[in-house]
Amino acid sequence: MPPVFGVLFDGLAYGMLLFLLSVGLSVTLGMMNFVNLAHCSFAMLGGYVTVTLMNGYGWPFFATLPAAFIAAALASVVLERVFFRRFYNAGDLDQCLLTIGIVFISIASAAYIYGTIQQPVQLPSYLRGSIAFMGLNLGVYRMFLIGTALLITIVLVVALETTRFGAQVRAAVNNQRMARGLGIDVDRLFAVTFALGSGLAGLGGALAIEIVGLDPSFALTYLIYVLIVVSVGGLGSIAGSFAAAMVLGVSDVAGKYYVPALGAFLIYLVMIVLLMWRPTGLFGRR
Amino acid sequence: MRKLLGGKSWCGLAGLALALAGFGPAHAQDAVKIGIILSYSGQFADTAAQMDNAIKLYVKQHGDVVAGKRIEFIRKDTGGIAPDIAKRLAQELIVREHVDILAGFALTPNALAAADVSAEAKKMMVVMNAATSIITTKSPYIARTSVTTPELNQTLGTWAAQHGVKTAYTMVSDYGPGVDAEGAFHLGFKEAGGEIVGSVRFPVSNPDFSAFVQRAKDLNPDAIYIWIPGGTQPAAVGKALAERGIDVAKTKVMGQDVLTDESALKSMGDAGLGIITAAHYDYNHDSPRNHEFVAAYNNEFHRNPDIFSIGGYDGMHLIYEALKKTGGKTDGDSLIAAAKGMSWESPRGPITIDPETRDIILTVYIRRVEKVGDGLRNIEFDKVENVKDPVKARMKN
Amino acid sequence: MSTQAIVGPHAALQAQIRWRWSETVFWLATLLPFVLTPNYLVLASQIAIAALFVLSLDLILGFCGIISLGHAAYFGVGAYAAGLASKWGWGEPLSGLLIAAVAAGIFGYLTSFIIVRFRHLALIMITLGIGLVLQEAANSASWLTGGFDGLQGIHTWPIFGKFRFDLYGYTAYGYALAVLFVIFLVARRLMHSPFGLALRGIRENGQRMPAIGAPTHAHIRTIYTIAALIAGIAGALLSQTTETVSLEVLGFQRSADVVVMLILGGTGRLYGGLIGAVVYMVARDQLSGLNPQFWYFWIGLLLIAVVMILPNGILGGLALLARKAGVKP
Repeated sequence: MPPVFGVLFDGLAYGMLLFLLSVGLSVTLGMMNFVNLAHCSFAMLGGYVTVTLMNGYGWPFFATLPAAFIAAALASVVLERVFFRRFYNAGDLDQCLLTIGIVFISIASAAYIYGTIQQPVQLPSYLRGSIAFMGLNLGVYRMFLIGTALLITIVLVVALETTRFGAQVRAAVNNQRMARGLGIDVDRLFAVTFALGSGLAGLGGALAIEIVGLDPSFALTYLIYVLIVVSVGGLGSIAGSFAAAMVLGVSDVAGKYYVPALGAFLIYLVMIVLLMWRPTGLFGRR
Repeated sequence: MRKLLGGKSWCGLAGLALALAGFGPAHAQDAVKIGIILSYSGQFADTAAQMDNAIKLYVKQHGDVVAGKRIEFIRKDTGGIAPDIAKRLAQELIVREHVDILAGFALTPNALAAADVSAEAKKMMVVMNAATSIITTKSPYIARTSVTTPELNQTLGTWAAQHGVKTAYTMVSDYGPGVDAEGAFHLGFKEAGGEIVGSVRFPVSNPDFSAFVQRAKDLNPDAIYIWIPGGTQPAAVGKALAERGIDVAKTKVMGQDVLTDESALKSMGDAGLGIITAAHYDYNHDSPRNHEFVAAYNNEFHRNPDIFSIGGYDGMHLIYEALKKTGGKTDGDSLIAAAKGMSWESPRGPITIDPETRDIILTVYIRRVEKVGDGLRNIEFDKVENVKDPVKARMKN
Repeated sequence: MSTQAIVGPHAALQAQIRWRWSETVFWLATLLPFVLTPNYLVLASQIAIAALFVLSLDLILGFCGIISLGHAAYFGVGAYAAGLASKWGWGEPLSGLLIAAVAAGIFGYLTSFIIVRFRHLALIMITLGIGLVLQEAANSASWLTGGFDGLQGIHTWPIFGKFRFDLYGYTAYGYALAVLFVIFLVARRLMHSPFGLALRGIRENGQRMPAIGAPTHAHIRTIYTIAALIAGIAGALLSQTTETVSLEVLGFQRSADVVVMLILGGTGRLYGGLIGAVVYMVARDQLSGLNPQFWYFWIGLLLIAVVMILPNGILGGLALLARKAGVKP
């Protein structure tokens, strides 16, 4: 197979990672219109939990993943109770300021506790290296990443389409006032969804260390990419986030292979073009 | 508006008077104030931390009194690349806190901005990390104690061509230092008879190198030269090299020191074995002076020193020795005259401050990543001595 | 405004535009640094420049409801325009401002055609994208912009041939303050005119405005171009007073900082932006002086405190308190 397929495979893996990081924000933004710029702080938290458990307490990598999910979800519950709840009806700008304040605090805290260096993570040996397949070298970890992300996507879609909880979420995203009118406790629903979304971000952060590294500025650096995925995909849509993440991941990598001079621009140009074509996102409403 | 204009000229005169008074000889101090400008917060914070550690270590080892005067430090943060802030901090340090010497400067844009202030106020400025050649030309009071990018990369290029590498493919980050490094390597390599078969520049915060490594592999050169800044990138490169199946026995991988620094090697794992780099310092350097230094550093800070530490340590040495030589006089002209030509044995090896350019003359070590014990280290196996900054040497001719 | 008796529309507009005593106090206070804190004039000049930049954003965000995460693009265009003019031999400051204004204004006019067609999240992300693309382009065009190292060789001539830019910053602050004041007066007049009212109408209910005959798109394009122009002047001031320009004038950090400063101070009040700039920059300077590694933490705390205690920014919160106390500021 021509080498470009190996490169596309890497792009797919990168896209999956972006999806995991973004899906939570897309759903909560669509449901409650709450601008949570601190979303990637939860991702960063998940990453640091993994690093601490592995390097400090010798936990195996796989065991740290659920821990990262739970830690991020718990942190989001606390923040939601203490701060976010009061700002559901506040203006967008106040929400921005609040969540940016939290991002700053999270970055400074991470720098204080862990220092500013890159956090190294030693993967178990069966996740390292690559497998030769039809003349390509496919990284084992990236295959694991793709597999995990696909599994989570299937679980999410199934939960959304077949369970009662999923139906309530869909209703609340579609028309919040109507959903309230039907007796759905939207606030509690939101709290649970928010926790799940942040937990997924935490998981994404943990999985990201091997691919893109972890340091205190992660919370801001990846916020931009997550916002791009969420806006291009459409608010409140899992399919949208998935599609957008794939498009962006693949076009980023393909662009770098074919036209390196445009490498940095491409992801932003693609975003601008897609948004101009579909302002509410690929799968957005209205 | 008229009120403001009147206010301005009155203020201008008052300012002039204040300025003259400020720079007059009436300031009797028995302290020498050093203003350290670094990026203590933000993504370059670790560089600042390591440099600051080395400065503290030097003071601890040598005391804080030199030539009868007490040394005081005032630390200021630029937050990252912010030349307007760096310039303002330099101005404030001189005007408000009356510092005698400016020091630090991990980032080129910040150093270039502060250079103007150093020149105007006639204060010595010691650049302890920023590596772009032209910095020392911006003020006659600048001395550098770190390294310049061409010193490392042009030397590596020449060395490579002289040691069996006939063709090379280069990949660098697409911004100032990367482009400088690319130019320097190409020059050194081609002048010594090598052929560059292709080159690519990748976006600065690029997280994924597989596409670029694949392009390199397609061309099958003798060596792949990579230049990236520190941080997340070295590990990502290492992984891309391993995943795309680059075999170091067939294709050498070469680069500058940051490619294989300590945290990079930890993250890269075995993917880093065999990479050849050019550097001016590594904590594994085998000399009694260095072993002492590393032991003291470990003791104090529980980590190993790196290239940023050595810049700070040598910078402090330069300041202390220059003060001793001037007998405590702190004006820019005396200090820089004392600094020119100063030569000493640093933990990295012998270094000299070039009297003509005030830049650093040092030994470039060629190292290979090897497994030592249960970890990876850079092991020196060749060196090039008395390397001067080639860009300024060319500028003279 | 709600405490006045029912008056006709002309009288209402007249009342708003009348100069209040608190405004006089504010502008007199800006002269204090010359006398009280002459060692801080360089910081003061950078605060004045930031204030001008925030003012330009207030015109589109506060008065027109356009949230831009890429406003630094125009700041950067102005900075590089003035810098390049100086580098190529023309260092006269006031005409440099004009050159920067024209360059930034043209760029603003061209992008305004894209801006008018989008709203909400798409608009925010498009402005962000434009800023990021411009920064990358500036990096690539390092033959023009000096790339990472920044533009070298800028030398600003003395103002009117007499006032040299000195080390203490007297000229820098006087210059920046004067430009800020003049532009502020213009903006104030503009926002209290029928045009300004129309903009506020667009912010509140953009879909209804054409029904009363207001050309929404044309208005938005006009104010966007003006805002870009002013941002360009602010950028030029920075490059002239510091004699450096580097890529971060176009960066996301700068765009984000200006949005934070504006929200902090209170949008849509003109003075809100100025106060936000002062508070944020002074806080940042003092906190990073106290604790270089972790000042981020305290700034984050400050932002959260302001949001929780003073809704609608500092001026918004103060206005609320003043109204409760029955004081008319």
